Amino acid sequence: MLAKRIIPCLDIKTGRVVKGVNFLGLKDAGDPLELAKKYNEQSADELVFLDITATNEKRATVLDLASRLAKELFIPFTIGGGISTKKQIHEIITAGADKVSLNTAALNRPELISEGAAQFGSQAIVVAIDVKESSPGSWSVFTHSGTRDTGIKAEEWAQEVARRGAGEILLTSMDRDGAQKGFALEITKRISSQVSIPVIASGGAGSLESFAQAVLQGQADAVLAASVFHYGTFHIRQVKEYMASRGIPVRL
Amino acid sequence: MIGIINYRAGNLQNLQNALTYLGATSTLLDQPGDLANYSKLILPGVGAFGHAMANLKHYGFIRPIRRAAQENKTLLGICLGMQLLFDFSDEDGGHPGLGLIPGKVTRFDHEGLKIPHMGWNNANFTDSADPLVSDLRPTPWFYFVHSYACHPANPQNQLGVTEYGEPFCSIVKRNSLYGVQFHPEKSQADGLALLHNFIRLEV
Repeated sequence: MLAKRIIPCLDIKTGRVVKGVNFLGLKDAGDPLELAKKYNEQSADELVFLDITATNEKRATVLDLASRLAKELFIPFTIGGGISTKKQIHEIITAGADKVSLNTAALNRPELISEGAAQFGSQAIVVAIDVKESSPGSWSVFTHSGTRDTGIKAEEWAQEVARRGAGEILLTSMDRDGAQKGFALEITKRISSQVSIPVIASGGAGSLESFAQAVLQGQADAVLAASVFHYGTFHIRQVKEYMASRGIPVRL
Repeated sequence: MIGIINYRAGNLQNLQNALTYLGATSTLLDQPGDLANYSKLILPGVGAFGHAMANLKHYGFIRPIRRAAQENKTLLGICLGMQLLFDFSDEDGGHPGLGLIPGKVTRFDHEGLKIPHMGWNNANFTDSADPLVSDLRPTPWFYFVHSYACHPANPQNQLGVTEYGEPFCSIVKRNSLYGVQFHPEKSQADGLALLHNFIRLEV
């Protein structure tokens, strides 16, 4: 039985892991390689690294991190943040990452999704979609850390990225990110039921039950979280054991 | 010494990282003539079946791989590399494979099933005493990414079975040939244990 995945996310800024609330007020949360190893031992199914300050200089730091991770961690990992060209995708995959996550660049130039999928395979292309409930019951796609509304309907963009060959959707609810009050179940469920590719629910991990609800109600294929793992609120195995007790298949 | 057949299909660094981590020496084989010098081979692969067969042909690897199989060399196909061992794949209108294991490769086709089959799934062994899987835990977890699955004509070639909408062959064995549908180099402890067994197989 295919397991539902638990994916810790590490936001990287100048080589350190940081975490903020609603993308503001960043706090230092540790060394990426050390945290990655810890999560690996805790039975994380994958890891996502988002380089939130992606200038050229820092890009080299992330490539170096990818190559060091690939030598010590034998689980899949994704790198995202400011990736806008096929050359950058190539560099990150060559450094050892299994997948890249595209966000704003895919909105600016959707062909990047299809070109990336054609060259590196769909499995290597994750499209991150940041959404907010812009009016009751209606979610739209946001950019610039949740400050700019593109006016694009979340479901429409999700269908387009799937059609263009993305291998997965990383769906982040900007309203809930960092708030630890549960995932945006309704939009997660809508998108998951409308696309044929896996959907990773992100933004809002709080209680153990919130993880279970992301899968049971939100129909997510994987659940991503940061703070609750960084600050030790939950051990990953504890989350998985809880999910198993709710009848969800997990890798233990 | 393990030879990794390099027919320019995907990044082989992660596979080499895992072998190095386990203390094994591996070499990327760029020339068809290189295969003769190795008794243990890995056929890797990601991407499309037809494209991979075209590359194997273009770089002259098809005949030396068939010869290696005839000489009972130990070979492990990984992911697409496993599928290539079979007679035929339905992918992209259909393409013949290496024909070293009777059977075919077909697309997952079930209503409501997400494609690709991506993530961690179990394998159940039909022969847990086989040296490739001996001393692994009974239902290990492996990391899969694929849209097509192998169906050997002869059930005896099935060493591992996984369920995704339907049962499919996740580990195949015929004589000295092995194939695994998952990525052992990305399957943490269970994957490393299987690779370690492959490294230790007597040739």
